Amino acid sequence: MKRALSIAALLLALVLTLTGCHGTRSLSAFTLPDAFDETKQYEVVFWAKNDTNKTQTAIYQGAIEDFEKLYPNIAVTMRLYTNYSDIYNDVITNLATGTTPDVCVTYPDHIATYLTGENTVVPLDTFWDDARYGLGGSEVRFDAPAKDEIIPEYLEEGKIGDHVYALPFMRSTEACYINKTYVEALGYEVPDVLTWDFIWAVSEAAAQKNEDGTFKLNGQKVMIPFIYKSTDNMMIQYLKQCGAPYSTDAGEVELFSDETRAFLYEIASHARTGAFSTFQISSYPANFLNAGQCVFAVDSTAGSTWMGPDAPLSDISADKIVDFEVTVRPVPQVNPDDMKMISQGPSICLFNKADTGRTLAAWLFAQYLLSDDVQISYAETEGYVPVTSRAQGSAGYQAYLSAGGADNQLHYSVKIQATRLLLDHTADTFVTPVFNGSASVRSAAGQLIEGVVKAERRKQTVDDQSIDKLYADTAALYHLDQIGAESGDARDKGGDLGPLPGTAKALLTGLLLIWLAMGAYLLAGAISRKCNAKSMKSD
Amino acid sequence: MKKFFAMLLVLVLALSCCAAFAEETEKEVKSEGVMTYEEYVAADVDSEVVIEAYVQAKQSWWDDKATVYTQDHDGAYFCYNMTCSEEDYAKLLPGTKIKVTGYKSEWAGEVEIIDATFEIEEGEPYVAEALDVTALLGTDELIAHQNEFVSFKGLTIEAYDENGAAFAYKNEAEKTDDLYFKASYNGTTYDFCVEYYLCGSDTDVYKAVEALNVGDVVDLEGFLYWYEGANPHVTALTVAK
Repeated sequence: MKRALSIAALLLALVLTLTGCHGTRSLSAFTLPDAFDETKQYEVVFWAKNDTNKTQTAIYQGAIEDFEKLYPNIAVTMRLYTNYSDIYNDVITNLATGTTPDVCVTYPDHIATYLTGENTVVPLDTFWDDARYGLGGSEVRFDAPAKDEIIPEYLEEGKIGDHVYALPFMRSTEACYINKTYVEALGYEVPDVLTWDFIWAVSEAAAQKNEDGTFKLNGQKVMIPFIYKSTDNMMIQYLKQCGAPYSTDAGEVELFSDETRAFLYEIASHARTGAFSTFQISSYPANFLNAGQCVFAVDSTAGSTWMGPDAPLSDISADKIVDFEVTVRPVPQVNPDDMKMISQGPSICLFNKADTGRTLAAWLFAQYLLSDDVQISYAETEGYVPVTSRAQGSAGYQAYLSAGGADNQLHYSVKIQATRLLLDHTADTFVTPVFNGSASVRSAAGQLIEGVVKAERRKQTVDDQSIDKLYADTAALYHLDQIGAESGDARDKGGDLGPLPGTAKALLTGLLLIWLAMGAYLLAGAISRKCNAKSMKSD
Repeated sequence: MKKFFAMLLVLVLALSCCAAFAEETEKEVKSEGVMTYEEYVAADVDSEVVIEAYVQAKQSWWDDKATVYTQDHDGAYFCYNMTCSEEDYAKLLPGTKIKVTGYKSEWAGEVEIIDATFEIEEGEPYVAEALDVTALLGTDELIAHQNEFVSFKGLTIEAYDENGAAFAYKNEAEKTDDLYFKASYNGTTYDFCVEYYLCGSDTDVYKAVEALNVGDVVDLEGFLYWYEGANPHVTALTVAK
């Protein structure tokens, strides 16, 4: 079921189609209570993702136990998901009934959709400076980070519209995992910064075949020189590196540009020769890389534990793994002197509740997730980096980094290389504008690449006409024409959420007709009884 | 004597022809423009394919896309995310004959039909019997039965991880996802999966896997799915007494 999309997506589609978030119960804006009521018992519901990683689950459970010892009147109930899409779908479903979790690990793109309901998500910047309960406040019972100890770039990423709705939890970026042995066998040296020109040139060289159909480079029947996991990110990063449009902060979609078209032509030309493919079309980059069937595999730094012949995790059998030297570089760049790479990773948001004491309890738990022990131990499970300067600079974390390569588990060299890559390039990271619908624009960006790669593989023509059609089909598939009307600006205008969907109008009309029919029935009954009474009187 | 040999030769030839004809009639006659299974196998990856087959099981439907296991008398076809209305999905009962037009694709070794449309056709329903492929485990012949409804007999459950568990949840906390387990035959261990969308936590097979112990000897049925090697989607499991 690795690719299978959750049945919950059906629920999401239905809920969004029928109601959007219009049905959300209205709550007052959250205000910090004067004091945390320690005599009252609070339950905090926490939704997170772990993806079968038992160590991550144990870290969450340990954090909850430690937090509950500090706050005996708070009980944290955790629900784990295997992917963020399911969290998103379930939150959307529960918004309508006011049964959202209190704390949720999610993405800012998703939060932008949650915000279409009034006061659903708590704006953290309205109270995080509070001297008592704010970040690192005097009444907080553990050593929570102060606001200025959170990496500023990451903190800024949680800003949606005028407020900050998300705290960063973990950060990653993408990395290019390289079979250095193959690059050198082809007569190239791996530069410090990969350029697109370099990666395409080497990939074309690696795509050369022998007369018997095997590839010259590996002698195998399979070779995908360059494979990309997230084509969304591929397009987004390229456009950013070019200074080309993607979307505005207000939610205007600018993706379908000439720069995008030029990049699609470039990609198509390499898909045609077999030099490039994608995860959606072929499979996980790590599987090809480790089998000696790939030269450049781009995936998240958080996926580094799968990369390389000595990786602690693998989906392919040991007999298929070939030996080679793996090295890690930032994603390919347009201009090596002006590097741009995406910042990604989970964030934390708080859902508003009628009981402000409960929301304060949730806020305290959210802060606990930023404490050093949680940050460091969770970051070490994958190629994540902690989001606070304090955790990053701690002796324990520095020792962990220094021990890179000491073993092929906790200190797996590729994982530490990937982690260092982000630590060294934090200032080069960026995020895309977040608004209601920004997740759809992101998906559309990747869909364009998938579309031209599929077309080339199927020997279909890729030209201006086909790209025009791809633009139109993609815009329709992701309803990008509707994004402007539904962008997050609505919440700043007193909750005017735009026109209701047609189905919701039909539902309301139906309800109105039922009420009218009931009224008519009652009225008819009353008239009938009156007539009968008059008749009896006259009798 | 010559006459006798001539008669014998004629008889043998006649019997051979009959046998060949009988074999030929067992092959399914396909509609105009539809590939035979052999033609489908021979088709290049990424080429357009048109097949006729019978629904064996349904995996999932969402957003007008259906994933379905299909098979004809000659082989099987896995149709991934086929365009399908919810109304039509309800009609895809086991045995239903459908004509599928899409693109042959390969993802992590799994050969499938993607970006497909389909139409329901008239025809006698066909539900395949499970083919016992136990003896093919570990051989190159097994892949010839990819996606077919198959059975494995007398396999021994092996520890899934270093802790000695007999199986693993993809989502251990909520139990709302796939189950994985390993079973061995003739000293080699193979991977199996209970695909949650095909067989959810309320099904007998899901519960049977949850009750497994290392060392149990089991018989299995399921669809011969592929993920970087054979990775059958198990639909039934019986522990030998």
